[in-house]
Amino acid sequence: MAKELLKGNHAFAEAAIRAGVEAFYGYPITPSSEFLEYMSSRLPSLGRAFVQAESEVSAINMVYGAACAGKRAMTASSSPGISLMMEGISYIAGTEVPAVVVNVMRGGPGLGNIAPSQGDYYQMIKGGGHGDYFPIVLAPARVQEAIDSIELAFDLAEKYRSIVHVIVDGNMGQMMEPAELPPMKEISKEVPDWAVTGAKGREPNTLTSIYLAPEDEEVTNLRLLKRWKEIEKNEVLYQEYQLDDAEILVIGFGTAGRVASSAIREAREEGIKAGLLRPITLAPFPQERLIELTKQVRRILVVEMNSGMMLDDVMKIVKGQVPVEFYGRMGGMTPLPDEILDEIKRVAANKGPGSDDPRDEWIPRLEGRILGEK
Amino acid sequence: MVSTTAEVVYQRPESFTDVHTHYCPGCTHGIAHRLIAEVIDEMGLREKTIGVAPVGCSVFAYKYFKMDFVEAPHGRAPAMATGIKRVLPENTVFTYQGDGDLASIGMAEIMHAAARGENITVIFINNAIYGMTGGQMAPTTLPGMKTTSSPFGRDVELTGHPIRMAEILAIMDGSGYIVRRSLHNAANIRKSKKAIRLAFEAQERGLGFSMVELLSSCPTNWKISVRDSMEFIADKMIPVFPLGDYKVSPSLEGLKV
Amino acid sequence: MPVSGWIVVDDFYCKGCELCIEACPEDVLELDMDRLTPKGYHPVKMIEETCTGCGICAIVCPDAAITVYREKPVKQARR
Ligand SMILES: Cc1ncc(C[n+]2csc(CCOP(=O)(O)OP(=O)(O)O)c2C)c(N)n1
Repeated sequence: MAKELLKGNHAFAEAAIRAGVEAFYGYPITPSSEFLEYMSSRLPSLGRAFVQAESEVSAINMVYGAACAGKRAMTASSSPGISLMMEGISYIAGTEVPAVVVNVMRGGPGLGNIAPSQGDYYQMIKGGGHGDYFPIVLAPARVQEAIDSIELAFDLAEKYRSIVHVIVDGNMGQMMEPAELPPMKEISKEVPDWAVTGAKGREPNTLTSIYLAPEDEEVTNLRLLKRWKEIEKNEVLYQEYQLDDAEILVIGFGTAGRVASSAIREAREEGIKAGLLRPITLAPFPQERLIELTKQVRRILVVEMNSGMMLDDVMKIVKGQVPVEFYGRMGGMTPLPDEILDEIKRVAANKGPGSDDPRDEWIPRLEGRILGEK
Repeated sequence: MVSTTAEVVYQRPESFTDVHTHYCPGCTHGIAHRLIAEVIDEMGLREKTIGVAPVGCSVFAYKYFKMDFVEAPHGRAPAMATGIKRVLPENTVFTYQGDGDLASIGMAEIMHAAARGENITVIFINNAIYGMTGGQMAPTTLPGMKTTSSPFGRDVELTGHPIRMAEILAIMDGSGYIVRRSLHNAANIRKSKKAIRLAFEAQERGLGFSMVELLSSCPTNWKISVRDSMEFIADKMIPVFPLGDYKVSPSLEGLKV
Repeated sequence: MPVSGWIVVDDFYCKGCELCIEACPEDVLELDMDRLTPKGYHPVKMIEETCTGCGICAIVCPDAAITVYREKPVKQARR
């Protein structure tokens, strides 16, 4: 199939349809509403389920229900809506049923704004809901990659009976970009043996997240943890750019990673040996590759559209082997390639030991830039 | 001489498992469970039914029914049931919810399931109290009634008034069968069973949202005897929650069950 | 002659809540104070032979612990 010019949210929704999603339940919120609108126009005519729910709380529980019925089910929302979904997400994780949640992140906390952000890193990657569980998190940076991520998300969700988050930001939701959609997949007739479909000719299935005896809950927690260890072993995805001879390692995901790659191209033109590691799976994080790279590079620059959340994970892995620096924009601000280029140049010239919390040095730099932009 | 044989007048429903329930003695959750199981047996629905258990004393309902079951977050059973019914429209889907679950934390979910006319059946246990958490005030607690969180009796000036769900849900255009019954004696239990039957009949006929509210006992948290709790339902609850048919789809009228 | 019936109470389920005792129109039920169920309740038992097998005890039983039987005349097959 040829590439077409596709709008992010529409393309992601169509990708889900082609991946065989049988139920979409959602609630309008900018900047993810086009996802819901697109589903409302497409799913009923395909004989698949669509409900605009009364809230995100309800939407995620509808997803939970359809997932328990063994169907490919998903929702899409944006930060405040995702906060409301956390209860259901935790139940889905605890019940070990597959489901896909797309978060088109916006500025926060609170109502924040509708501009692109990566401020939900902690909420998405660290769990967000209550209890011991480990979501898989995909963070595509291009429309094409997001299209591919949606089908992968369903496959992973089913393979591990896990919740899978696909996180993008408003830039990607609204972006028009040439991309190719996969062919329409036939909906699998196979019913998972755990699904509730009516106990016809078999013992009843029950799906629940309650384990009243702590002994049983602990065994469940352990099962989830061991499954997560498998996921960490098998499912890490990342993109590398100009890393072969890199001395300065830039790490960024999603839009921030994409902007960083433009900056790296320019830095290379100026003779700075910079390269990019862009995690596509934020959870599991490309930890092994990062450890390898700490033996190669001189300095690391983490670039995010938040206050340095992935930064904490990077620091934990790097363990002080290489100085780590940080540059972030927050509140719905997207860094420009020039800003990151300035940072790469600064980092390349910096011979200092690096600080315990790279944010300490970043805050005054950001304040200066904000004044300069005024 | 006339010889005789033994005829079984009543036996445990097939849709029940062989499990001893965790309910307190005299709690009518068990009666409601039994009536549902009997109706499902009579209608031959067991193998296509999916139950949705709530958070509340009946959180373990799935252990007692020999059928597929899921267990929803507190109040979200109608949303989960919606999610299931929309992808499995040929199956019979019911929720089983207490008053805290349905009329407090799950108010949005129940109202909108009714408004959408979701073709599901809701069995609503109104015992005027939060049973599972130890007897706190519920949205259905009677004026003046003492609970662990209204120790001086429910003061409607401060804590509002009991919510009458059957009346509210009956005015939703999407509902097809909405009634209130009571479980305090044999005659009313018979009527309750009939209502549950009609609610499932409504679903099988695609008549939209159906709900049976059942006035129920909680002797443990009401802190009275089982016998007194049945009197409490008759004397105190029914005046606040009048029994009756609040909405019966014309397609159900005259149906003999 | 009234129809005669009888009940069998399953001790495994009975919690001795006495709802059946209250409801029985023939007053033929009582808690068996000499026995305990596996869960530690005194189960219900029949004390009179005047049970009619009406089934009301089973209707009010929250634990589906009662099976109700009734005698039924059998028509003699003609030889
Ligand atoms: C989100 C959430 N809030 C609170 C609770 C605690 N909780 C468990 S059951 C319950 C009330 C149940 O009362 P009701 O629905 O009336 O059912 P009953 O126990 O009386 O049958 C509450 C508040 C919970 N499990 N989840």
